[in-house]
Amino acid sequence: MTNPHFDAAAARERCRKFRRRILDISQTVGALHIAPAFSCLELVDTVYFGLMNRTGNPDTDDTFILSKGHGSLAQFVVLEELGIIPREQLENYCKPGWPLATHPDYGIPGIEASTGSLGHGLGLAVGMAYADRMDGKDRDVYLVLSDGELMEGSVWEALMVAPSFGTTRIVALVDLNDFQSLGQTSKILPNFYPMLDKIRAFGWEAVEINGHDHQAIYDAVTRRNKARPMVLLGKTTKGKGVTYMENVPVWHYRSPDPEEYKQAVKQVEES
Amino acid sequence: MRNAFANAFYELAKNDRRIYLVVADITAAAGVASFQKESPERFLNVGVAEQMMIGMSAGLALRGCIPFAYTIATFTIYRPFEQVRVDCAYQNLPVKLVGVGAGVNYSTLGGTHHAQEDVAIMSAVPNMTVLAPCDPAETTLVTRECMGVPGPVYLRLGKAGEPDLTSAADPFRFGKIRFIRRGTDICFLTYGPITKMALDVAVRLEREDKKSCGVVSVHSLKPLDEEGIRDVLSRFPVVVVMEEHAPTGGLGPRVKELAWDAGARCRLKSFSLKDEFIHVYGSHADLLKAHGLEAGIIYADVRAFAAAATH
Repeated sequence: MTNPHFDAAAARERCRKFRRRILDISQTVGALHIAPAFSCLELVDTVYFGLMNRTGNPDTDDTFILSKGHGSLAQFVVLEELGIIPREQLENYCKPGWPLATHPDYGIPGIEASTGSLGHGLGLAVGMAYADRMDGKDRDVYLVLSDGELMEGSVWEALMVAPSFGTTRIVALVDLNDFQSLGQTSKILPNFYPMLDKIRAFGWEAVEINGHDHQAIYDAVTRRNKARPMVLLGKTTKGKGVTYMENVPVWHYRSPDPEEYKQAVKQVEES
Repeated sequence: MRNAFANAFYELAKNDRRIYLVVADITAAAGVASFQKESPERFLNVGVAEQMMIGMSAGLALRGCIPFAYTIATFTIYRPFEQVRVDCAYQNLPVKLVGVGAGVNYSTLGGTHHAQEDVAIMSAVPNMTVLAPCDPAETTLVTRECMGVPGPVYLRLGKAGEPDLTSAADPFRFGKIRFIRRGTDICFLTYGPITKMALDVAVRLEREDKKSCGVVSVHSLKPLDEEGIRDVLSRFPVVVVMEEHAPTGGLGPRVKELAWDAGARCRLKSFSLKDEFIHVYGSHADLLKAHGLEAGIIYADVRAFAAAATH
């Protein structure tokens, strides 16, 4: 059951707060995946606040897997907002003796699969969705993948199998930012794009939209034809929200220094 | 062993809707064929896509199912190793990884189909249980016991046609070494189909050299029955490990570690596959022989070794 009262303006405000929160966390650690988190923030936010059925019942609630596990801060700040992760834990991100670190770990409240190595989430999702189908559960599995992750062959094995097995209750949102760790994907692998027809050819419903537009994400997923599993390609900007981070590879895994932090906070608050 | 597994699986799965069989375009006959016919919705062939086989199995397990992933051992664990390690072991899920034809069993298929380092690799993975029955009857028992293991299991099987070796064995106790033949002078510690060779050597040593020989099936390699092995090391003057596995990381090195730690005084010798990809084809026995594993060779070696031990 999606949230019929999803408010895109409120979502934008929330994401401004999330970016600010991630910037604050960045000042407590030497390095973090800040740009990958900023890139997928609207996708993650829309899934949690607009799309997922969340009643607190683990047997019927929809599932979320952050398959691009290095974007974990995007998920952690959302889980903190929802009261699932206590503030104290995120205050101690990557600190000895505390549970939250660079990648989501199964067993932490709100984390439904351990990710961090790319290309694992979709295979897990097919197994989960198949079991749900067999058990007659009315339940969706949402994932966020990165575009670099689509280079893993295991993703294509899962893309091949899911429609064949009738696991239609999967919505895979891809953070299509055209950047991988070492540079621009369209330059490194010129034949990687276009992606839309490749996904469709594997039997999925697929759409491409602006991945920072909450309303567009919400509309595309809620209007999906449920006869097939869905891939939503969300075109995004890596490091979105802080101009000096946008599409600059070094911010894949770097913390801003105090001066850069001030500048970033100012930009996020004025956006 | 394949059929024993298939039939034991069928008995477990036919009335337990939590159990699935996920295969990557390789299957078994006997009970698995019946299962496929009767419960096609729980027999999942993902195609030639082993990463998917393991990932999907882990996904099923995350929903409370108990999946068995089945194919040739190399493809069960090597091709999708990261799915084995991360999806199954890191998340500690009850996925049963069934590897058929382990060791050099697929003798004419070449090194691509030989799982000769699997025990070392799988034993090194945290949360993993590693089981290797010695004959069809023990395969049945071990397959049933898999169900009680809360985490992932690697079930290392032979192929077809293995003789029953355990009709006069001590009772099976999960996780404990099992004497399938009792003796006092020499004890063979072994696992898997090569147990037959150990028995042949033991019988000959007893008949021709009047050595009383015990043979033990170490069907659980992880957890290893350390207490049981220490007991063997203290009671027998000569202990011989025989395994169809690389010389690194298998039972031989583990027994030597235990012997050192326990200050064991026995003579200890191990026989394993060579640290080589051999380009020899023929029967399973031909390949084992090319690796130095042949009853006559081992008999002569152990005989000389045991004689030296008594002087």
